[in-house]
Amino acid sequence: MNVFDIIGPIMVGPSSSHTAGAARIGKIVRNLLGQEPVEAIIELHGSFAQTYKGHGTDRAIIGGLLGFDPHDLRIRDSLNIAAKQGFHFTIKQVNLKDAHPNTARISVRDGSGKRVVVTAASVGGGNVVVRDINGLEVDFTGRSHTIIIPHKDAPGVVASVTGLLSSYNINIGKMKVYRKRRGGEAIMVIEVDQEIDQAVADKLIKLPCVNEVTVLNPL
Amino acid sequence: MLRYDSVDELIKAAEERDKNISDIVLEDQAQELGKSTDDIYHQMENNAKVMEESILDALHPHTKSASGLSGGDAYKLYMALEQGKSLGGSLMDKVLIKALAIAESNASMGRIVAAPTAGSCGILPSVLLAVQEDKKIPRPRMIMSLFTAAGMGMVIAKRASISGAEGGCQAECGSAAAMAAAALVEMLGGSPRMAGHACAMALKSVLGLVCDPVAGLVEIPCIKRNATGAINAVVAAQLALAGIESLIPADEVIDAMKEVGDLLVPSLRETGEGGLAATPTARKLAKKIFEDNKENG
Repeated sequence: MNVFDIIGPIMVGPSSSHTAGAARIGKIVRNLLGQEPVEAIIELHGSFAQTYKGHGTDRAIIGGLLGFDPHDLRIRDSLNIAAKQGFHFTIKQVNLKDAHPNTARISVRDGSGKRVVVTAASVGGGNVVVRDINGLEVDFTGRSHTIIIPHKDAPGVVASVTGLLSSYNINIGKMKVYRKRRGGEAIMVIEVDQEIDQAVADKLIKLPCVNEVTVLNPL
Repeated sequence: MLRYDSVDELIKAAEERDKNISDIVLEDQAQELGKSTDDIYHQMENNAKVMEESILDALHPHTKSASGLSGGDAYKLYMALEQGKSLGGSLMDKVLIKALAIAESNASMGRIVAAPTAGSCGILPSVLLAVQEDKKIPRPRMIMSLFTAAGMGMVIAKRASISGAEGGCQAECGSAAAMAAAALVEMLGGSPRMAGHACAMALKSVLGLVCDPVAGLVEIPCIKRNATGAINAVVAAQLALAGIESLIPADEVIDAMKEVGDLLVPSLRETGEGGLAATPTARKLAKKIFEDNKENG
């Protein structure tokens, strides 16, 4: 905790959990998609479902999906901005089993047809936890520089990724690997101490069995 | 390095070096964040700038929250005071207008600085900016006093809580008022010890205050509690500057706040199920808002 956790963050109101956190979730999903979204289905659970209009949770998530930060005043007008650029979205109220009260499941598609489905919760004070990416259970906050690497489960993939990071003198603070089944789809979530250059990301994507590389900088 | 586990630690550290609490917090945080004191100061100055802007954002008659439950009261108050209908005089007028305006800006999706939370974001800036304006205090002194406020807030967060969901409104608007009271004392030249007493007195005054937002939204009663919270801070600072002490030290008041918060039933901790939120009128409003969400959902 530091002084700016107490006096801060700068954010669009009214709620750090229902607005600022929701915008962060949207922005993380946008970064995972990597492109302008053209279509999204946003499912809201619990308190998110009950109070989303009054808290502007819908505008915050759409704003995040458009790439806006939680302090960006364009969030106020994000629904119109989305409509103007041909980004279609649907908001649904759902009941997700055993989910945190402020949970959103967002399915988003870009112009090329790429689709990302993410479940994330806003856990208070603008902090969020990502729970699921494309059916793979994950658990990260996006508070550190985070590298997300969907890959094929195979021996040596983790070593090649960490080896490459080590050659750039990048220190790993926390790392988790998740997979659906042996030899199937898997995902690495790596939290590192410093910003990741595009050059590093470009090298990572060329490694065998690595399908995608997303770098999330702390919001 | 400071531990921020007691107000007493902050007072003693400041007294030992014959400095203000803000000076030692600024130095400590520069070290903690690995930046220069200039960088940290400028980051806080930027927060102050957003605080100033958030007042203007809501000070017009058409301000409306997303739910439609609130908005326009800051302007209404401004007009009434302009017409000479003031009870508290120029300083109180400024505090009240700013507190309502910032809280309404937050409710209507304006840009604010959480201090310590979004729901209580009007208290600290309204008090400091109003007094700075009224007493013509140099801006850097106002900005420095934000570090004293933050130091107090960190202690409260560590010993108790600054979240309504955990500790009720006493933990949000109470903490904000305690932070503002201490900062105000320092800004007006009071000693670190006086700042500690101001912090204690502001928090004492709202022990037990529950968090009971109507329809679960940060509007009713939050916006008006920002106004009363700001006045609470001014009262506590005034008493402390006169040399009046809190016989119960700030740290023990904070511990009492935590104990009271732990005793609050969940319906009184930001769930929108108890207190004002459970009144017939609030239930009607909540039902309407929930149905509006469904219709267009």
